[in-house]
Amino acid sequence: MHADHTTRRGEVTIRDLSKSFALNGQPLPVLRNLQLKIASGESLAIVGPSGCGKTTLLRILAGLEQPDAGQVLIDCLPMRGMGAERAIIFQEPRLLPWLTVLGNVAFGLDVQGTPPAEAKARARHYIRLVGLADFETAFPRQLSGGMAQRVGIARALTVQPEILLLDEPLGALDAMTKLIMQEELSRIWREEQVTMVLVTHDLEEAIYLADRVLVLPKEKGAVARLIEVNLPRPRERSDNDFVAMRRRLMAEFGLSRPVMGSNVGL
Amino acid sequence: MTYQSFGPYTEARRLEPAPSAALLQRAATIGGTALSRYGVVLGFLILWQVSASLGWVNAAIFPALDTIVVALAKALASGQLVGDIAISLQRAGIAFGAAVIVGIPLGLFMGQIRAVERALDPILQLFRQTSALAIYPIFILFLGLGETSKVAVIFWATLFPLLLATIGGVKEVDSKLIEMARTFGASQTTVFARVVLPASVPAIFVGLRLSATTALLLLIAAEMIGANKGLGFQVMNAQYNFQIPLMFGAIFLLAALGLTANAALVALQHHLCRWSIVAR
Repeated sequence: MHADHTTRRGEVTIRDLSKSFALNGQPLPVLRNLQLKIASGESLAIVGPSGCGKTTLLRILAGLEQPDAGQVLIDCLPMRGMGAERAIIFQEPRLLPWLTVLGNVAFGLDVQGTPPAEAKARARHYIRLVGLADFETAFPRQLSGGMAQRVGIARALTVQPEILLLDEPLGALDAMTKLIMQEELSRIWREEQVTMVLVTHDLEEAIYLADRVLVLPKEKGAVARLIEVNLPRPRERSDNDFVAMRRRLMAEFGLSRPVMGSNVGL
Repeated sequence: MTYQSFGPYTEARRLEPAPSAALLQRAATIGGTALSRYGVVLGFLILWQVSASLGWVNAAIFPALDTIVVALAKALASGQLVGDIAISLQRAGIAFGAAVIVGIPLGLFMGQIRAVERALDPILQLFRQTSALAIYPIFILFLGLGETSKVAVIFWATLFPLLLATIGGVKEVDSKLIEMARTFGASQTTVFARVVLPASVPAIFVGLRLSATTALLLLIAAEMIGANKGLGFQVMNAQYNFQIPLMFGAIFLLAALGLTANAALVALQHHLCRWSIVAR
């Protein structure tokens, strides 16, 4: 499935990570001593009820938030702030309305000081990859929600990150567009060979895209659980194994009866 | 793969009309609205001409349009009004230019730094709410009756709409866009140049158009109060000398000046903000 693990980069190690927010003067812990290793080129989904800290974890990985304790290592080096080896895709496309699709996709490279000609060429490559070649000169207001999100995805890919962070990227899309985009993301992940960390509240999406699913609990004292998704790719949502996996994951949230003999690991 | 047949291209075509078709449609709409837009103005002018020439109103104080146009043409041909136009443009132009040079950078700076904005906002509101004409005597007291006091009072009145609009524009920049830029490692300066500044341009233009209107308003008032040259002075002077067609001529010139200034700003705004929809 993956090529050579040893030469590739984008390995994430999370050590004793804790973070709490102040709520009415009281500290509200959202992440407690989290330990996690994300392999290079792995696709990890993070699911959990709202308020469990999944978005906080992603924002810490993006460098947008600071943990209270613990550290994050990227390729064995402590992570510092925002770095070019990481790119984030938000729930909203967050496009600059005064730039064309091409301008928006090239934005990351422009900001990082890549020569304009090279930035444009690379942007065009990723615009093609997300299927928007005919819309290079369109402005964001002319795009549909799904198209705008594709632009956001292309913008993140254009800086060629080792780690792609996705914060409920398809959460605002309609059901059909969402299915198409899940397939696109799966294809992009395979082609680009990036480490992918995906925050989602859609369990099916997690199973469709992830090698492992991290289930973050909300209750105090409960531990985060890791579930392996041992399904062949490309995955088929109606396969028996897929449905069984979905059922097992739903059981994690008390939404279905646990499946006998499930090999849920930590 | 279940949904492969729906591929990205299909979805895109289905959801978005071709840009050229959208453009054509827009052109047709603009053409159609032109008549309904300017029909009333046309009717007003016709009513004016007819009522004056048929004697419905006293033509001595409400002359027909053709009389006004002839008087205006004569005055322009003789060079009588040309000097007035020049001096009026100079006064308004210098004041407006100064307001742009001071107001936009100051607004961009103030809008970025919350503490500065919070500290200065009350005094800005106080200055804004105090009629510039009310403090014109103070300017005359300090700067005399010459050009300086006129330019100063126009500058004063012009500065605040522009400054406040710019501050508002900067403050309202979507923080999510700023965060997005920061995730790509953009520095403070880059975020300002690539996100904050372009995002503020529409608000700045609102301020520019308000300021241009204010500049002309104050120009006329200042010229009526203490000047012996300029279009505002000519309106008053023509009335004193009962040259009513010339008075209306000067008023029309002022209206044309205002319309031209606004049209120029709208054109510039269209050029700079192709991405947003601009109201006229």
